[in-house]
Amino acid sequence: MDYSQFFNMIPEATLVAILIIVFLADLIMKGEKKVSSLALLMNVLLVVQTAVCLTAEPSSAFGGLYVTGDAVNVMKVILTAGTLIVCIMAQPWLGRADVSNKAGEFYALVASTLLGMYMMMSSGHFLMFFLGLEMASVPMACLVAFDKFRQNSAEGAAKFVLTATFSSGVMLYGISFIYAAAGTLYFDDVAAVIGNTPLAIMGLVFFFSGLGFKISLVPFHFWTADTYQGAPTPVTGYLSVVSKGAAAFALMAILMKVFAPMIEYWEYLLYIVIVLSITIANLFAIRQTELKRFMAFSSISQAGYIMLAVIGGSAMGVAALSYYVLVYVVANMAVFTVINVVETRGNGTTKMNCYDGFYQTNPKLALLMTLALFSLAGIPPFAGMFSKFFVFMAAAQQGSFWAYLVVFVALINTVVSLYYYLLIVKAMYIKNTDTPLPTFSSDCNTKLALTLCTAGIVAFGVFSCVYDWIAGAVL
Amino acid sequence: MVPVEAYFVLSALLFFIGVFGFITRRNLIAMLISVELVLNAVDINFAAFNRLLFPEGLEGFFMTLFSIGVSAAESAVAIAIIINVYRNFHSDQVNSIENMKF
Repeated sequence: MDYSQFFNMIPEATLVAILIIVFLADLIMKGEKKVSSLALLMNVLLVVQTAVCLTAEPSSAFGGLYVTGDAVNVMKVILTAGTLIVCIMAQPWLGRADVSNKAGEFYALVASTLLGMYMMMSSGHFLMFFLGLEMASVPMACLVAFDKFRQNSAEGAAKFVLTATFSSGVMLYGISFIYAAAGTLYFDDVAAVIGNTPLAIMGLVFFFSGLGFKISLVPFHFWTADTYQGAPTPVTGYLSVVSKGAAAFALMAILMKVFAPMIEYWEYLLYIVIVLSITIANLFAIRQTELKRFMAFSSISQAGYIMLAVIGGSAMGVAALSYYVLVYVVANMAVFTVINVVETRGNGTTKMNCYDGFYQTNPKLALLMTLALFSLAGIPPFAGMFSKFFVFMAAAQQGSFWAYLVVFVALINTVVSLYYYLLIVKAMYIKNTDTPLPTFSSDCNTKLALTLCTAGIVAFGVFSCVYDWIAGAVL
Repeated sequence: MVPVEAYFVLSALLFFIGVFGFITRRNLIAMLISVELVLNAVDINFAAFNRLLFPEGLEGFFMTLFSIGVSAAESAVAIAIIINVYRNFHSDQVNSIENMKF
């Protein structure tokens, strides 16, 4: 075997090195400072990893099993940066007594899920794709179950791991039909021979449902709310942003590459799923009283918006999706950072009514949370508005009546989502309570994470160079 | 020789028995077993399609092997999590682990 092929997959190789380094460091390090020095090590390594992804070139290895292009590399940069923010904001939680002895495990698991997402996005064969997907979701189940002594964490993890295995079974069943229809599993070869036979359509439907579970699109979303609420807050952030972004990108790449001849079938599938995801998730989000559960429904509807970019199957859609995920990473991570610091410093709760009067006691955190929520809702000066705009534009360019209708429904739902995002803002600023959360000063890691996120929310909206960079790489 | 349709029917039956079990069973271990049935259906599909439809290549067999390995890893993690659920709730019935609902 020609081992030099590993040099064609530099980002993966360095990520494996990071995994090993963190694992060994966890074994070797001892003493008081262990958690903070491990965190520093992981953060530095992830910054290096982001730089490696930035400089990565398009390449392929192992006879086309591994294929990567500029769009994939851009996505890797975005996801690595998101993971970096997760690792920074996880600090207050990792400092907790029952978790701090497992900090190294947390980093190793995060690195291995990220490696799985890399593999999933840069696969050129269904086998690689399947392995990457599993590598991303099995360690993720361990992360969800990380709070071993909390009932909700165990319950969320059980729901996650059962739906994850079930959905990968459904997905594999679909892949077996595709194999029967095409006789090969290489993406390019499948695209060349696959036609609109009933077998291929069955394969497409099963495959789409399997991935729909991973992205938590309605009607495959039932695990989402429980898992998001039960998981530790940093893991929820990771799950809702990085994992979802990777799965959405991979689904888009496969729909556009492999199922390109069947576009008239999967487009209608997408229309239905998008309309359902956005509408139903918005309606459920309105009645939530638990902030993490609320963010779960919000993330389901955001997944619907992300999939809007896939309609039409254009290169512009790829750019719009990557940009949407980037903006979603910073906005959502800002919200989860605030939730996390309130949970660890406050009274350990994530109930929405404990945010009443939050502005009076913690004005800075309330302000940053408001900015992030405005960005999620898509209010103009912030990045969220532009990402929604590009996604809508990519969908509307398809030009058919149904595409316009879906965009219109999504627009109406943006207004609905504004209502429920503002409910939190209202609780923080307007509602008065006798027992607001006490004033607390956040640690430097939280401050760093919030600074990065807020800078992203504002800068990605004001400066167009970020979108130009993504579009330049993709188009 | 057994026609490919026979394998197809067998795997479809197995798949939907798995799906049915996953939906109706109220015990976490039984749900996990149902998921394994789904994965076995997939393995049968890949092996049969490779042998009968495309005997010149080995892609289906490789897919089967990897799917068996990965499902073993998955069930190891799932069982670890179910044990943790049992420690927390003193039950592995779905009805008793519903702290979080709507």
